[in-house]
Amino acid sequence: MNHEPLLLATPSGDALNLRPEGPWTAANVVTLETLSRSVGADVDRSRVVTLDMSGVSALDTLGAWVLEKLSRRAATSGRSAEFVGVADHFSGLLDEVRQVNRHTPVPVAAPNPVLARLGDLGKATAGAREDITAFLQMLGALFMSVIGVLRRPRSLRLTSLIYQLYRIGWQAIPIVALITFLIGAIIAQQGFFHFRRFGAESYTVDMVGILVLRELGVLIVAIMVAGRSGSAYTAELGSMKMREEIDALSTMGLDPVDVLILPRVAALVIALPILTFIGSIAALYGGGLVAQFYGDMGPAIYIARLHEAISVTHFEVGILKAPFMALVIGIVACSEGLRVKGSAESLGRQTTTSVVKSIFLVIVLDGLFAIFFASIGM
Amino acid sequence: MDVSQDQFAIRVRDLVVGFGRQTVLDHLSLDVRRGEILGLVGASGGGKSVLMRTIIGLIPRQGGTIEVMGQPTGGHGRGAATTWGILFQQGALFSSLTVRQNVQFPLRENLVLSQELMDEIAIAKLEMVGLRAQDADKYPAELSGGMTKRVALARALALDPPILFLDEPTSGLDPIAAGDFDVLIKTLQKTLGLTVFMVTHDLASLTTVCDRVAALADGKIVAIGPMRELLQSEHPWVRAYFHGKRSQMLQHEMR
Repeated sequence: MNHEPLLLATPSGDALNLRPEGPWTAANVVTLETLSRSVGADVDRSRVVTLDMSGVSALDTLGAWVLEKLSRRAATSGRSAEFVGVADHFSGLLDEVRQVNRHTPVPVAAPNPVLARLGDLGKATAGAREDITAFLQMLGALFMSVIGVLRRPRSLRLTSLIYQLYRIGWQAIPIVALITFLIGAIIAQQGFFHFRRFGAESYTVDMVGILVLRELGVLIVAIMVAGRSGSAYTAELGSMKMREEIDALSTMGLDPVDVLILPRVAALVIALPILTFIGSIAALYGGGLVAQFYGDMGPAIYIARLHEAISVTHFEVGILKAPFMALVIGIVACSEGLRVKGSAESLGRQTTTSVVKSIFLVIVLDGLFAIFFASIGM
Repeated sequence: MDVSQDQFAIRVRDLVVGFGRQTVLDHLSLDVRRGEILGLVGASGGGKSVLMRTIIGLIPRQGGTIEVMGQPTGGHGRGAATTWGILFQQGALFSSLTVRQNVQFPLRENLVLSQELMDEIAIAKLEMVGLRAQDADKYPAELSGGMTKRVALARALALDPPILFLDEPTSGLDPIAAGDFDVLIKTLQKTLGLTVFMVTHDLASLTTVCDRVAALADGKIVAIGPMRELLQSEHPWVRAYFHGKRSQMLQHEMR
């Protein structure tokens, strides 16, 4: 028996006799394509093409299609082609294959690239408006939900709130403390290294204190929380959306905002200031350690300098920003979660969007706060 | 030995599968003949899907042997797609690929062929399962339940495997669509000469499509044979399954 497929072409005048042999199966596809291409010219020249199938030992859809394609090529413009000697167990498959690929799909014209770019830009602009609407809608829904809770305090999902606080607050403390500690230490080291040239080492403490308390503490913590907890919120709500859990909640007469979103956002708003406080302390501690071991400044002097350099205003400026950043992160994370569609890909895309967007908004918000505090003289 | 190799597509001997301390399949033996459609019934959670997944190699076995096409199975290597096609219960289409790309995926990964031929084969498969060429550029999220199953079937058949596994192919389809799907499976089985292993609860499919039916209870195959013989089985679970109120009602309707 043949283990390689063959295609014997015997031309006789106007007629052509094609005799495929061996296994015409997908495993030999490379050979099959070469074979069918090699007889292409002969087929085009002949008026009558006969395909003698008696030598075929195995046939599958792919092999049958390659042969059918040859016969269609032979049967164009008044010429004819026919299969002969088809074994019984192949005839069903050949008949089936003869039905397919009859309708050539209308090729879609490629759009003008310039117009396509413009179209994308327009869509993105419309999309931005949609984003703002979604954000405002979620803010409004949350506001209504809070009013509902104020009127009936028992309707607050306390268990859920406590659980979320545990997850995004308590469990985040180690990593937040570690990273802010490192940031504080790095800033202090840079300060000592560069200020030493002017003999202004003692101002390092001012820099660390003000920078950490006003800006960096809250910003680093907010960015970490957006990456750690915001993404988790989006993924959770997104998969709930995919599995119709959110629809199930609505049909039971419960508002998903009350049940799922308010506890999550409220937990963020409570946890972020606390994490910011812990983070700022860790950063100041890191700065202090560097001061002692790198800057030759003892703890007593470091604390005394800190006491002089910073006032409670710096601390207030930092900590006041935290709940607003938490609100932005929570709203973005939850509304992106609810926009997840059916597919796994959309869940991934929405989670990415959620993190990128909330970090962007946190930084923009920080800038707006800087302008605001400067103008009121804080 | 040669006779048995020709006769059976799948031979399972003394198969033991368990999770933790729970044994799901207890010294189970089952033969699937070449070119037949075998239906597998069993209680929900009774190990039907476990048996199927163990044969495919998704679940490790604790004991016993499985031979597929005369070859003992071990792991699922590159060649798995040419041996069998699997239709998962939810379709398991790749959601980031279009219908056409889903069907082409096994071709692309296993063979070297021109894009033109690959496109033609994909459309051919889609038309064979009753879809139109226009559906080829849709994404799985845009498909209805019945279409998803058809695309999944086209993907399972992409490489013309000799064995086809179906996990509850008609679940979630309306009776008309389920009937169409049964006919489709029967037709494809005849044209392509497939061996079909089908896990199902659909009594109509069992009666109309399956050549033989195997009943799985207490981790063993307790009865196997054509539907007529199973209806006469004395095993208490099989009796309860086929002679319960729901089944009786359906069988009366069918007479």
